[in-house]
Amino acid sequence: MRTPLPGLALLAALTTGAGGAEMRPPPGASSCTGCHAEGSAMGVLAGRPEAEIVGALDAFRGGTRPATIMNRIAKGFDAQESQAIAAWFAAQAPR
Amino acid sequence: MRRAASPEPTRRAVIGAAAASVLARPALGGTPPRVVVIGAGFGGATAARGLAAGGVDVTLVEASERYIACTGSNAVVVGLRGIDAQTFGYDALGRAGLRFVRATATGIDATARRVSLGDGTALPYDRLILSPGIDLRFDAIPGYDAKAAEAMPHAWKAGEQTLRLARQLDAMPEGGTVVLSAPANPYRCPPGPYERASLIAHFLKTRKPRAKLVLLDAKDTFSKQKLFEAAWARLYPDVIEYVPLAAGGAVTEVDPAGMVVRTDFAEYKADVACIIPPQRAGRIAAQAGCADRSGWCPIDPVTFESRLVPGIHVIGDAAIAGAMPKSAFSANSQGKVCAQAVIDLLAGREPESPKLINTCWSLVAPGHGISIAGVFHPADGLLADVPGAGGISPLDAPEDVQAREAAYGESWYQTITRDVFG
Repeated sequence: MRTPLPGLALLAALTTGAGGAEMRPPPGASSCTGCHAEGSAMGVLAGRPEAEIVGALDAFRGGTRPATIMNRIAKGFDAQESQAIAAWFAAQAPR
Repeated sequence: MRRAASPEPTRRAVIGAAAASVLARPALGGTPPRVVVIGAGFGGATAARGLAAGGVDVTLVEASERYIACTGSNAVVVGLRGIDAQTFGYDALGRAGLRFVRATATGIDATARRVSLGDGTALPYDRLILSPGIDLRFDAIPGYDAKAAEAMPHAWKAGEQTLRLARQLDAMPEGGTVVLSAPANPYRCPPGPYERASLIAHFLKTRKPRAKLVLLDAKDTFSKQKLFEAAWARLYPDVIEYVPLAAGGAVTEVDPAGMVVRTDFAEYKADVACIIPPQRAGRIAAQAGCADRSGWCPIDPVTFESRLVPGIHVIGDAAIAGAMPKSAFSANSQGKVCAQAVIDLLAGREPESPKLINTCWSLVAPGHGISIAGVFHPADGLLADVPGAGGISPLDAPEDVQAREAAYGESWYQTITRDVFG
């Protein structure tokens, strides 16, 4: 590679680092942390077991878990999308 | 942009293609791509943080010394909270791995990809994100200019205007009349005028016996309408008079000296007048050529890149985001999605089609909350509602649910402001 190093180093970081392809949040996930963060009444998602998040979204969608607002939001995501969001948060360190 | 020929490119091939495409640009030479973000509100500060977290060289330009949040400021208008609870410094943003520049962006050269600043310096960019919020249109209602807004505050940009309206309400006589006017769509915070009407009505009921509120509306339908109207009928039947467009609600002229608000059908003498005028995207968006004839900025729903000017992305209230309302929650969601899209574009990668959420809580009285939520995705070139999702709180929500919604709204405010400014 004959390219100057600073640019290459950054591009490597862009591709593999915090914002890189493997680390891209699945569709919808980045909106969740507007509410779900440490200290919030809504609770943290980062570090929760995947199955727990999938189960919660499923129950909200089906109306079997009482909710003020998550019943309306969960309906915007199908099972596959919910699974991806759950895996994304489960893989993060709790914070 | 050249793509790797293999259907499943290796990581090396992706890096190579990305490096070739970015570094091939003569203006760049060997320097890493630079992103400039203008406006450190809920959209811009979020986007800048996301870019910094992704390792991008990002400069955030903001003219103000501190941020005063509109969301929640209706409670300040009626003395339920202090302006301090709405006020945030930018110190933490300066420590978030980005360059914070306190300056006014005075011009944008989209061809040279350069932002001019008030101090005479310039910032080159590879991609620019505009999050300029709104400008109030002081040319829209005859008689309502910046000077008139002192006598008849809009309080639609939080700060001195908010406190001015609060002082005027505090000083008004018992049995007086408040006139509040709401603009036609689109505008910042669709349910905001109706939350304001609710909280002012509560204030009048408890503090100014026999006082009335006339709500003049330049439209016939509005956000959370059934919920607001049910609350008004239950809590403020003798306080609020609602005049929709069809009944002559559009304000056609104001006389700030005489404290008179006129419509085509009537003239209202006000003790306090709050005029929320029509709005448009913040000035710099039009200056950059990103605003269309509506005054707002059409964007691509996947990347938020301007439909009018390549290399410039527009987020938050200034953008035409289809079904997404102009709210702090929307701006925060958009800031995160736009940052990721810019990271992808700089790396020569196709951005994924996103999903975005908006939630907005309003108070119909202290401790009584209602909400609207939506999930959005790109469809037919716009951000559209995901069918079957979203909607408003149930009309028959019991007291304890309303109390929880009020608490959740406050908790969201604490979380989002920590996320953005903390």
